[in-house]
Amino acid sequence: MFFRAQVTVTLKSGMLDPEAATIKKALKHLGYDCRSVRQAAVYELEFEADSRANAKDVAKAMCERLLANPIIHDYDIVIGGRA
Amino acid sequence: MRKIAILRFGGSNCDLDVYKALKNLGVEAELIWYKQALDGFDGAIVPGGFSYGDYLRAGAIAARTEIMQSVQHMAAEGRPVLGICNGAQILCEARLVPGTFTMNQYPKFICKWVRLKKIGKSPFTAFSNKLIDLPIAHKEGRYVVTPEVLREMYENDQVVLKYVDDRGHQTPAANPNGSQDNIAAVSNLEKNVLAMMPHPERASQKLLGSEDGNAIFESMAKCANAFKG
Repeated sequence: MFFRAQVTVTLKSGMLDPEAATIKKALKHLGYDCRSVRQAAVYELEFEADSRANAKDVAKAMCERLLANPIIHDYDIVIGGRA
Repeated sequence: MRKIAILRFGGSNCDLDVYKALKNLGVEAELIWYKQALDGFDGAIVPGGFSYGDYLRAGAIAARTEIMQSVQHMAAEGRPVLGICNGAQILCEARLVPGTFTMNQYPKFICKWVRLKKIGKSPFTAFSNKLIDLPIAHKEGRYVVTPEVLREMYENDQVVLKYVDDRGHQTPAANPNGSQDNIAAVSNLEKNVLAMMPHPERASQKLLGSEDGNAIFESMAKCANAFKG
């Protein structure tokens, strides 16, 4: 069966995020003074797996092998309903 | 005569410059499309460019191609492997060297000459000059690594080039991209893989403003010649 997974890849806390810093400045120019801005990449995946648990394992492998760089990134996986 | 493979991915754009630089030095080289077999070579260069549009992360896609497994193999055998700019990012993503090159401290593309200082001992820097001038051209060149790994890298002589000022001092002002400890080039534990952000091929003729880059290629060729296998 097919499952939906939402994978969010963020920079590890404390990592310099130059793009987010630029966005924070731009927001300030528009009058929005944010205490902090973080940028993340969200991947919406649909793939075949035996079970929800298996889907999570597969998504985790995708993160480890390609979607995230463990040196700088953390990732979060949410397995949705059957697609 | 030993032969060096110059890898080409979709989006590589410094491949011909590297080829020409090697040719001018009398080093035999061949351009290899990433779908070709990497057989019979004594070393490999992963040149700069924007492989696969820098999608996902600079070098991430190219690092996971089949030919990079052959490069891993080559490196494991002890043959020299050099990654330049995007090639360096690819070697990091392929885990051939520690750490990663990510977005510059100020997130813009930098294209300028930098002064570099040779640190420690590397077969890729077997020349007498302590300081060399090479151009950089990147947006993702800020070297990042965990403090624990960095400590080990210093202990094992894996930090090879640093950005320095005119007098050879490692200063914040001489650091173009916010790299940890002004690091511009790193190697693997065995020293036969070098990932460097500056472009030696762009400093390989007087006409280009400097010939300092040739020493890197000559060092690599020497390393390939010395390889027994």
